[in-house]
Amino acid sequence: MNPIIEIDNVSFSYSHVPVVRDVNLVIHEGEFLGVIGPNAGGKSTLLKLILGLLRPDAGEITVFGKSPDKGRSRIGYVPQYPAFSRDFPINVCDVVLLGRLGETRWYGGYTQEDREIAMDALKAVEIDNIWNQSIDSLSGGQLQRMLIARALASKPEILILDEPTANIDVRAEEDIFALLKQYNDHMTIIVVSHDIGFISGYVDRVACLNQTLLCHTTSEINGKTIEELYGAPVRMIQHAH
Amino acid sequence: MTEFLSALANYTFMQHALMACILSSIGCGIIGTYVVVKRIGFLAGGIAHTVLAGMGIAYFMGGSPLLGAVIAALFAAVFISFIKLRWKQQEDILVAAFWSVGMAIGILFISRTPGYSVDLMSFLFGNILLVSKSDLILMMMLDIVTVGIVFLFYKQFMAAVFDEEFARLRGIRIEVYYTLLMCMVALTVVLLIQIVGLILVIALLIFPAACAAQFFHSIFKMMLAATAICLLATVSGLAIAYQPDLPAGATIIVTAGVFYAVAIASSRLLKQLQKKSVVN
Repeated sequence: MNPIIEIDNVSFSYSHVPVVRDVNLVIHEGEFLGVIGPNAGGKSTLLKLILGLLRPDAGEITVFGKSPDKGRSRIGYVPQYPAFSRDFPINVCDVVLLGRLGETRWYGGYTQEDREIAMDALKAVEIDNIWNQSIDSLSGGQLQRMLIARALASKPEILILDEPTANIDVRAEEDIFALLKQYNDHMTIIVVSHDIGFISGYVDRVACLNQTLLCHTTSEINGKTIEELYGAPVRMIQHAH
Repeated sequence: MTEFLSALANYTFMQHALMACILSSIGCGIIGTYVVVKRIGFLAGGIAHTVLAGMGIAYFMGGSPLLGAVIAALFAAVFISFIKLRWKQQEDILVAAFWSVGMAIGILFISRTPGYSVDLMSFLFGNILLVSKSDLILMMMLDIVTVGIVFLFYKQFMAAVFDEEFARLRGIRIEVYYTLLMCMVALTVVLLIQIVGLILVIALLIFPAACAAQFFHSIFKMMLAATAICLLATVSGLAIAYQPDLPAGATIIVTAGVFYAVAIASSRLLKQLQKKSVVN
């Protein structure tokens, strides 16, 4: 397995408050990595560092052997909170089409191929029936699926999701993880979650981040590691591997 | 009304005025839509007022005020974008600074212009009846540039006004497109100053697109609708103003304001009716 993201001794702080300290992590092609940790543990920050939206104070990150802002076009990103306002006049399909930017021609409108890819992405997340609805009418689950479809539309090699199931119900959560598991056949997936019991049923490896990083295979996750991480016992949900 | 139509048939200045309405509506509909969805109306107002500096300096030096306006507007657009993006300054304060200092510089230069004292009112409130043929040609060129750029970079502008973070991840250079958009706002402002003057420009930029936003949920449809609404507002304002000899610019703005009020009221009514029909 080839390493595709390499994080080498990275530290980052928002105006003097350290958020991520001395993190080393190598992510390999085809992996399904879960990143867990308490609130304010630096999970989202680590993703933003990988995406080149933030620059590390110390250390180095490479994505496909290049700097993040060069390598990130091969990453599909699903943010925790959408950065747009819900009353923007745009429909579901046009949002997903934005994922084609950087892949399609630079001038004019989208091509027929772009539209087909966008519709395929919508079918994959099972919301192709609402492709022409405007985004202010979507439910939380539909919005999340739309964001995943937008990330898929760029045909990424790595998919990064930040708390993809924070705002949706348990059934939709299971659906989304089943979908991700399916995509994992040909895609590297990194998913941030605070729901440790849930994701360990799906992922290959768990990175526990509370400023510093500890890595485990899923079978190693037990009450003790969780207690170390969160500083308090956490109710474990039984799951089969 | 018949008098307006016969004036339109007989007088060149009225034909020029009508052409000016049509040409400015195109820029107004397209750029006004971006201004409304990106919520940069105040910024557009700042650029409009900075224009007085350019016009004042041009007058003082004996140049064309319209050319001075174009230069000042572009200057303001580029500097506001640059300072906002690079120096991370608060946008509203920055805009207020350009707004007031721009006007002050304009007034200083106009006061020092020798000879016949310039009619300040026509800068501030526009004079659509004095639009010349060369003004019309310049307006047409500004329209062609605006339509051309929006056509070429439609996707990029969409990404930049909708979701900056995602656009950046997809390799869109946000700084470039933001500055370009500001420059187009600046050119449209100059286009509209001919008609309603720099104080009222902001209303004409915002009202038609805000009306369209009540009924259309796509940027492209909003642009078409806003262009049509702007045309309707400017031409009917011109017609209403003609016979009682009212100031055309102010009449146009009041007309556009009435359109906006009607639009928000009827969209609210429509929503309530829809809710009722769902309940029944």
